Amino acid sequence: MTKKSKTKTPEQKQYEQLGKKHEIKRPILRNCIVSFLVGGTICVIGQAISFFYMYFFDFTEQTSGNPTVATLIFISMLLTGFGVYDRLGQFAGAGSAVPVTGFGNAVISAAIEHKTEGFVQGVGGNMFKLAGTVLLFGVFSAFVVAIIHTVVGMLGGL
Amino acid sequence: MLVGKQSFIFENKPVVISTGVVGGPFEARGKIPDAFDILHDDLWMGEDSYEKAHRLLIENAIQSALDKANLQKEEVQFAFAGDLINQLTPTNYAMEKFQIPFFGIFNACSTSMEGLALAAILINDAGANYVLTGAASHNAAAERQYRYPTEYGGQKPPTAQWTSTGAAYAIIGKITEQNRHEPKITSATIGKVLNPGIADPFNMGGAMAPAAAATIASHFQDTGREFDYYDLIVTGDLGKVGKPIALDLLKQKGIILDESRFDDCGLMIYKDDQEVHAGASGAATSAIVLYGHLLKLMKQGTYKRILCVATGSLHSPLSIQQNESIPVIAHAVSIEMD
Repeated sequence: MTKKSKTKTPEQKQYEQLGKKHEIKRPILRNCIVSFLVGGTICVIGQAISFFYMYFFDFTEQTSGNPTVATLIFISMLLTGFGVYDRLGQFAGAGSAVPVTGFGNAVISAAIEHKTEGFVQGVGGNMFKLAGTVLLFGVFSAFVVAIIHTVVGMLGGL
Repeated sequence: MLVGKQSFIFENKPVVISTGVVGGPFEARGKIPDAFDILHDDLWMGEDSYEKAHRLLIENAIQSALDKANLQKEEVQFAFAGDLINQLTPTNYAMEKFQIPFFGIFNACSTSMEGLALAAILINDAGANYVLTGAASHNAAAERQYRYPTEYGGQKPPTAQWTSTGAAYAIIGKITEQNRHEPKITSATIGKVLNPGIADPFNMGGAMAPAAAATIASHFQDTGREFDYYDLIVTGDLGKVGKPIALDLLKQKGIILDESRFDDCGLMIYKDDQEVHAGASGAATSAIVLYGHLLKLMKQGTYKRILCVATGSLHSPLSIQQNESIPVIAHAVSIEMD
């Protein structure tokens, strides 16, 4: 975790004010609406894939999660490889970053990028450069929640 | 000759003998395709890595400058050049090919004017005949070093800038009877490193504006010149955010610039409908605009005296992650026609 940056000098604070005056603001309302629509569309597609596995294969609502996620990640990897996902990302922001497809994009974009350094040190060493932090803190927070759940269960439950 | 605290006046008037300017596909679709001698239609340029493509850009630009000057590489005595990639490897490999005694320089996007000032000093004061100088950047190579993988779908804010793909080199030489009507380098002001406290690498224009303003003010103070002396002052790559800030800062120092004669290289390469956010950046930007575009306009008579103030943002990905604010610098070089 990074520390808060050093305290600014009076000149730097004054400059910050001037800089704010000319800064081009992020279009927050537009970004929220677009990410809602794009993110929602990705989820609808995911739901459709999930139903597909439930109706045509022997999956239940609980077990269809894994193949659905795998299919979505596969699609996002194809889109990343064809150079489409980064453009979608600039357009949709969080809408394409938050769903599991964004995770797939983070993994495969790093893998493609580092192919020039070889398969072991390049692809292998850098594939999880962006996504690794999601894995680490995802697993760690699941572990903490599991401990709380266990302890509460041992104390008689809620 | 040193004047004031940080400026040089070149009384022997070193001449820009020739230039070589190379660009990529995005630059070809931009505002000034005529500025380029060679335009590649693909970012890979037939190489198997972006770094090798970057090296190729530099080799093309040097060769083109040599060809236009009708010089052999052995006749060029020294070279000052750099790029943005770690340890300047693209420039180093290109210089291995040309075997010109080489000073590698890094001042990020102000490398172009740093090199031009040093080349002029060597010609003016040290008796060199021909000195090569230039700067280069490659969008994808810079993107992967400074930011994220090129295919990563992160959203950039409107203050971000687009690293230009290209290389622009010039050969500087002594003034002679034949070349005395070519553009001449008349003065240079070397900037100091400032730290305006901006820590956002997606707002480099905002970070670099104070450096541009400080160097312009020092240039006027040291040389005794005023804004009216120049037909045009161009800053390096401040973009849409930095340009108005620089104007405001100069106003605070009592220097009023007429906006019709003040422009920014970051706003001159790409068209408005190209998605470059706040404008172009990258070491090649100011070099492309000056060597490819503005010198042509000077030869056509549009401008007689220009001051090019290249700005550099001297951070690294590591310094940003450690929450250090961005150190910045700007160097100014004036070029004049008779």
